[in-house]
Amino acid sequence: MAVDQELKIELGKQGIFVATIEELYNWGRRSSVWPMQFGLACCAIEMIATTMARYDMARFGAEVFRPSPRQADLMIVSGTVTKKMAPQVVRLYNQMAEPRYVIAMGACAISGGPFKQGYNVLKGIDRYIPVDVHIPGCPPRPEALLQAFMTLQKKIDEQHLTGEGRPRFLDSNAQGEFPVPVQAEHDLEPTSNQGVWPVQIQGLGTRD
Amino acid sequence: MVSSPYFSLAVLFVVALAFGLAPLGLAWLWAKAFAPPKPNPTKNAIYECGLESKGDAWVQFRSAYYLYGIIFLIFDVEAVFLLPFAVAFTGLSAAACIAMLVFVLLLIEGLAWAWAKGVLTWA
Repeated sequence: MAVDQELKIELGKQGIFVATIEELYNWGRRSSVWPMQFGLACCAIEMIATTMARYDMARFGAEVFRPSPRQADLMIVSGTVTKKMAPQVVRLYNQMAEPRYVIAMGACAISGGPFKQGYNVLKGIDRYIPVDVHIPGCPPRPEALLQAFMTLQKKIDEQHLTGEGRPRFLDSNAQGEFPVPVQAEHDLEPTSNQGVWPVQIQGLGTRD
Repeated sequence: MVSSPYFSLAVLFVVALAFGLAPLGLAWLWAKAFAPPKPNPTKNAIYECGLESKGDAWVQFRSAYYLYGIIFLIFDVEAVFLLPFAVAFTGLSAAACIAMLVFVLLLIEGLAWAWAKGVLTWA
């Protein structure tokens, strides 16, 4: 059970630090989110800029971008997802070890973006995999990607270890495999994953 | 037993072992409670940049390591066998001596080959 906020502050003034195991666990997890090297298009250039000296993302914990999905916590889908690439994206998401998170960076990953009329453009990656944070923009500035990262960190902070609201990776009955679409004659088959699309809109506990 | 001179060493040994094993045990308990395994065929598939892999993962084997294998056999393994032989060969029968010399001859062939190949000189 969590300690009352004012009591915490009072104790803190006396030099006593009080925390729950859940807080410590979430603090450890959110301070070391390792993204996967996954850039598709122009947003990837902004993502690279975010990791470089000026907007350094390593100070938030994204120290290394892992090339292998098994060692990554976060997949930043940056760029247009074509229907040819969509099965690979979903398969990589499936190959990531839980807990795993997805940031849809840029208008193309959210909904197809400026290329929405394209015959080969997937209208948003959240048709197949659950997305945690969406960043609008074309491309979003590096500061926007850092804001999304901080939003994801806030989301991780609010995840519970036990109980009904616990996240997918703690629940052995929750969906772990998201079906990979295949190229059919005119379109991908299936056109969207059940349970993922349409998106359930969830708010954060605390507004920024 | 408490009066044995090594008793304190035994205590220290047990404590050192516990010091190392206790965090591992706690981590195992935590994983049992808060990391339920959720394997599925796609998750366990071979990684090939998101594509379906045909066949097993290729292991890169450097065939140049066979040279190191031969040199190691000659200089390390043969030396280990030669040392007791050198001490005891006056007491061995003729058949045992000949078997041992055949073994040494085989390894000398390897040495001669490596020497002729120029492996033994610094580049």
